[in-house]
Amino acid sequence: MLTIKVLGSGCANCKRVEQIVRKVVEDQALQADVIKVTEYPEIMKYNIMSTPGLVINEQVVSTGRIPTPAEVSAWLTSALETV
Amino acid sequence: MATLSTPSPVHSNKQLPFYVFFSVVIWLIAYNLIQPLANWISYTVLGFAKDSRFGESLAFFLYDVPKILLLLSGMVFAISIIRTFFSPEQTRAFLGGKREGVGNVFAALLGIVTPFCSCSAVPLFIGFVESGIPLSVTFSFLIAAPTINEVAVIMLFGLFGWKVAGLYVLSGLVIAIVAGIVIGRLKMERYVEDFVWQIKSGAGQALDEKLTWNNRIERAWDSVKEIVGKVWLYVVIGIAVGAGIHGYVPESALVGIMGKQAWWSVPAAVVLGIPLYSNAAGIIPIVSALMEKGASLGTVLAFMMAVVGLSLPETIILRRVLKPQLIAVFVGVIAVAIIFTGYLFNIIL
Repeated sequence: MLTIKVLGSGCANCKRVEQIVRKVVEDQALQADVIKVTEYPEIMKYNIMSTPGLVINEQVVSTGRIPTPAEVSAWLTSALETV
Repeated sequence: MATLSTPSPVHSNKQLPFYVFFSVVIWLIAYNLIQPLANWISYTVLGFAKDSRFGESLAFFLYDVPKILLLLSGMVFAISIIRTFFSPEQTRAFLGGKREGVGNVFAALLGIVTPFCSCSAVPLFIGFVESGIPLSVTFSFLIAAPTINEVAVIMLFGLFGWKVAGLYVLSGLVIAIVAGIVIGRLKMERYVEDFVWQIKSGAGQALDEKLTWNNRIERAWDSVKEIVGKVWLYVVIGIAVGAGIHGYVPESALVGIMGKQAWWSVPAAVVLGIPLYSNAAGIIPIVSALMEKGASLGTVLAFMMAVVGLSLPETIILRRVLKPQLIAVFVGVIAVAIIFTGYLFNIIL
């Protein structure tokens, strides 16, 4: 089971990241919770300074940019192997 | 905690440096061909007389649109490559412990090269303040980063030349440094929203990516697509309006309202510029045409800085962490600094 968090206060780029993540999860039929984190105190717990941020199983994998679906897919695969 | 591996490149990128090299060659050829091509289409193919108003406007449009789009693509790519070597986290680490003054200068300079999007202004502000960087230094960064922005500087370079672009960058830096120091002197700490002071960043290690040159090139290319994709329509519309002004508005028509003698034109330009943020790309070509018709450089630069630096959206975003009093001071100090710069250039140039 994966927990994926998209950090960001609702800017266009954050929504884009969420879409990409949901698409990858759906395409690969993964068991995953996709959570949007929009409150700053909560976002800052991950020690990031630019949004959107992407967190997989509590680990920050990307900040301040829109990762490609291929990158997201590789991170998710790698996270599944380490669980 | 186990680390997640960075994905290997999706496609083989051995040839990437060659693609970049060929793109540069093609770019250079294209850049040198557009002027003769624009003239050829307007005057030979379409047969307009060289001194006809429409022919002149058309040649101006056909030359400026590809020129600006080529400049934007090429230079955004180069700047984005440079930016992959900087990150907000490194900038914060560097600014930590710097004295006021020195810190403001570095903050303004780093504001130019650190990747920044106004949508990230809040986490950046919290990250700076929470790590102990003074408000004054934080504000120097937050003023320089959006003001000295690549699209504005590149378009000023393309349409006004390097001197005006340089003046713009220099005055942007000075304004960011001075405004930051002034805000620091005003002791505004209590006007930062209280929750900011209570935030404790997680102990989690900040993301530390090892980028290869292929990663850097790919990311730079992504930002070219994103930025040019976002602004090209404004550029085309702006240049079309500018071309119309170029061909149809009589010389020195604007001396009376936008010239040096009209003292009120500088503050008026600043007030007008604040709400026009999203259209910076479309406004520069229009302003460039206005200058041909007698608007003065100080007024024009003040207008540009108000458009780009004092943006309504960024102010609204910063309201999440700043109380209204500090927002008012922030906007007020920058507006006064820009007006001052406008008068200064009108007097000395």
